[in-house]
Amino acid sequence: MADKITIEVARYSPERDEKPYFQTYKVPVHKEWVVLDALNHIKDTEDGTLTYRWSCRMGICGSCGMMVNGEPKLTCATFLSTYARFGEKIRVEPLRYFPIIRDLVTELGDFLAKLKKAQPWLIRTEEKPLAQGEYLQTPEELDRYKQFSMCINCTLCYAACPVVGLEPIFIGPAALALAQRYNLDSRDEGAAERTAHLAHPEGVWGCTFVGECTRVCPKHVDPAGAIQQYKLAAVLSWLKSFVTPRGQDI
Amino acid sequence: MEASAHDILLVGGGGAGLRAAIAAAEINPKLSIAVVSKVYPMRSHTVSAEGGAAGVAKPDDSLDEHAYDTISGGDWLSDQDAVEAFVKEAPQELLQLEHWGCPWNREPDGHIAVRAFGGMKKQRTWFAADKTGFHMLHTLFQTTLKYDPIVRYDEWFVTRLLVDDGRVQGVVAIELMSGKIQAIIAKAVILCTGGCGRVFPFTTNANIKNGDGMALALRAGAPLKDMEFVQYHPTGLPFTGILITEAARAEGGYMLNKDGYRYLQDYNLGRPEPKPVLRSMELGPRDRLSQAFVKEVQKGRTIETPHGHVVHLDLRHLGEKLINARLPFVRELCQKYQDIDPVKELIPVRPVVHYMMGGVSTDINGATPLAGLFAAGEVACVSINGANRLGSNSLPECLVFGARAGKAAAEYASMQKAPNGAVEAQALDEQRRLESSFLNKTDGKERIAFIRKEMQTTVEESAGIYREEESLSKGTGKLRELQERFKDIALDDHSHTFNTELESALELGFMLDVAESILQSALQRKESRGAHQRTDYPDRDDQHYLAHSVIKRRADGSLQVEYLPVTITRWPPGERVYGQQPVEQGHAKTGIGSV
Amino acid sequence: MATQSVSSTKRAPQYTLYHPRWYRPRVSVYWWAGEWHYLKFILRELSSVFVAICVIETLCLIRALNNGPESYANFLQTMRNPLLVILDIIAFFFVVFHAITWFNLAPSAMPVRLGGKRIPDVMVAAPSYLAWIVISALVIWLVLG
Repeated sequence: MADKITIEVARYSPERDEKPYFQTYKVPVHKEWVVLDALNHIKDTEDGTLTYRWSCRMGICGSCGMMVNGEPKLTCATFLSTYARFGEKIRVEPLRYFPIIRDLVTELGDFLAKLKKAQPWLIRTEEKPLAQGEYLQTPEELDRYKQFSMCINCTLCYAACPVVGLEPIFIGPAALALAQRYNLDSRDEGAAERTAHLAHPEGVWGCTFVGECTRVCPKHVDPAGAIQQYKLAAVLSWLKSFVTPRGQDI
Repeated sequence: MEASAHDILLVGGGGAGLRAAIAAAEINPKLSIAVVSKVYPMRSHTVSAEGGAAGVAKPDDSLDEHAYDTISGGDWLSDQDAVEAFVKEAPQELLQLEHWGCPWNREPDGHIAVRAFGGMKKQRTWFAADKTGFHMLHTLFQTTLKYDPIVRYDEWFVTRLLVDDGRVQGVVAIELMSGKIQAIIAKAVILCTGGCGRVFPFTTNANIKNGDGMALALRAGAPLKDMEFVQYHPTGLPFTGILITEAARAEGGYMLNKDGYRYLQDYNLGRPEPKPVLRSMELGPRDRLSQAFVKEVQKGRTIETPHGHVVHLDLRHLGEKLINARLPFVRELCQKYQDIDPVKELIPVRPVVHYMMGGVSTDINGATPLAGLFAAGEVACVSINGANRLGSNSLPECLVFGARAGKAAAEYASMQKAPNGAVEAQALDEQRRLESSFLNKTDGKERIAFIRKEMQTTVEESAGIYREEESLSKGTGKLRELQERFKDIALDDHSHTFNTELESALELGFMLDVAESILQSALQRKESRGAHQRTDYPDRDDQHYLAHSVIKRRADGSLQVEYLPVTITRWPPGERVYGQQPVEQGHAKTGIGSV
Repeated sequence: MATQSVSSTKRAPQYTLYHPRWYRPRVSVYWWAGEWHYLKFILRELSSVFVAICVIETLCLIRALNNGPESYANFLQTMRNPLLVILDIIAFFFVVFHAITWFNLAPSAMPVRLGGKRIPDVMVAAPSYLAWIVISALVIWLVLG
């Protein structure tokens, strides 16, 4: 393994630049270093203007998502040695399909608005008072939605989904997986309300099951699976609505 | 200058901040509540908490026992009235979170499951797999989306508290995205910025834990309490410092030295049993375990690696099924960052700075002596954790005192007139300071990263697990020198848009202030208690030091330490005893009800 | 050492103080061509055209059979056209590709739970493959045997 590796980083400062360009650095290769360590090394010693987000460096906060050699990755979990082993260069760019504020920092306000559209909270007609204790939920019931609750909002799935790129109004994989997480929660009674807002071309029906979101998800949430399940559930409840009176839940 | 106004302002959007915001919104829906966070709320460090949250849940458990465990775990430095309120409200808060959708692990019959944890005599730690903090934070964040009165200022960095007329009237903050510096006026400000682990070189803490709130409070004239008590968590991965949760030991992991020997039995922590025994051996309190590690290093019984001395955490006997069910995240972290599968191999671990028991001094309702300023969570020191925090007490602490501070701030704000505009002049001053000292300055010679590294090394050498007078004095001197050199810092980045270098410089300024208060407090406390161990004063001194150290900044900038007696109600100081006889660990299948 | 690559700014960008211009990259019309995973997706979607072609051919076959032996012989003659043969060979590969991707993806859209646990996708897909092979073998035996 070489002792230095070349890193090309996308740079963009709206005060100076009209569009992004690449800047090249050389960074020492250590066995334990991840791409984030390399970026920190550059910022600390060489170029303090390099701008990116990071926080926990253990793959749970979701801040450090970037494109590494064309793939959306968490840079705190992407080891330099994977690339140095084959003498490859590393190219780091901001996540695809998002507006770029500066260098590797993308604009997330739209993503948060989409999360809110999924109504990610427990919807119930009646709240149980605290004095009566917890809502009972068996481990099997918990297992039904647990996988979809693992999303760290890193937006790698949005960078992978071509629909997000081509139709910015599409609500996106993470938001839909989150909606399905609440739909499947045995304590929730709001599936109908959510589906009324999400069974639309910019919601569930915008997805064409490319499956890239699931492939890049660092937490194995399987948003593509969640969305297809949601589509099926949406169709079934639509069919049921012809048979059952309004507001009735079979 | 532009200014926006709200009734209540939260600095920080983690567990405590979001809980406080919801509490304030529920008390008075007409209040305008601003959550100002330098990162998006779901990035707050609450997200990384793994093990669990303690709250009395089983019928064979009692509030008094949780209180006693907490107080003795804190080496009797905890304020007992605060602890009593805490243990009473913790189960209610955890239950409220369950009602908001938190996916707590369950017993087969559907009731909340609890597990054992370090320092606790009974099983009372609620958990959500081994990602409790993650699930709690996301549940809280998603719940705040329901409340319209809560306005979020995402990625706004607070640089200063605005104080006028003896009360806090808001903050000055930089909108990172645009670089705009603005005053945000508020009738009450609640600090929820978390701890200061990044003052040390090796920590589990994220990059964002720089003690912002502590420094803001100190500079505004509010006192900090118990700053010398820094918790070292016994099991962190070498190099990265990533936390291996205490739950690994609660499920039955062993800690082995170089000879494969469970060394904790040599340190008054009980006899080694095949199954975990509460409050014994590997389930002892964190400060004692970390201190045992240092002693093992001195005896030459630890393993040397390129990243320092380590001992081994052995999970192999737990079996793959249990590890996948109860500790999946631990397995994932070990495989990814250490290239080790805990099912088959030993995990190298060493003590790592994890939590700050000290912080902004508050009363039992989260109010500081400075009118209008409140604090909750790790940034605050109420104090319930005393000289050493027990695992799984921090998450309910955020909830209980977050809710209390939110309610107290809401009541305070409802009684206040709108702040006058006099503070806008202060805000303009702050803008000028930021521009002249950092943004527009081109002639500095120092680099942020080098000063930061020197600070971290100094603090680790002077205020590590074991401390003594000489290195503490030298450390305070070195920090003074670093404060001077900090004034000569030069930034590479002079742009306005998302200037993270400016952010790092300001954070370094906060950290230097916090580091000074840690060292000063440690120097003044001439005893050993909990996490503060002095080799020159190895015994606990209840006669002189059964008190909190309260540190304030004088007008001339120097620090002054005073002592505030601990509130003792029902538990007079005793011996901290661990390693008793094994207690029956039944699995009674009942819910919570009223305790 | 840091080296600056070409930075082509022909004119100074419009920047208003405290109002940074976000850069919005345009998604190319050829977004699907640059990446193997996207290309695979487009081919999968395209396979539906070939499935439709096969369905139409089968319907024509049935109609031809229905109209008597002469009509059937004409149909077979038409189908021997080299262009149609090539089309059929290509269609065959696409239909197989379609079936494989369908079987592999179906379990994630319809998770099967038994005894409170989810059955792994591989085990849900296996019966589909088995059924496919068995039915295909049956049809081949019926037609050729």
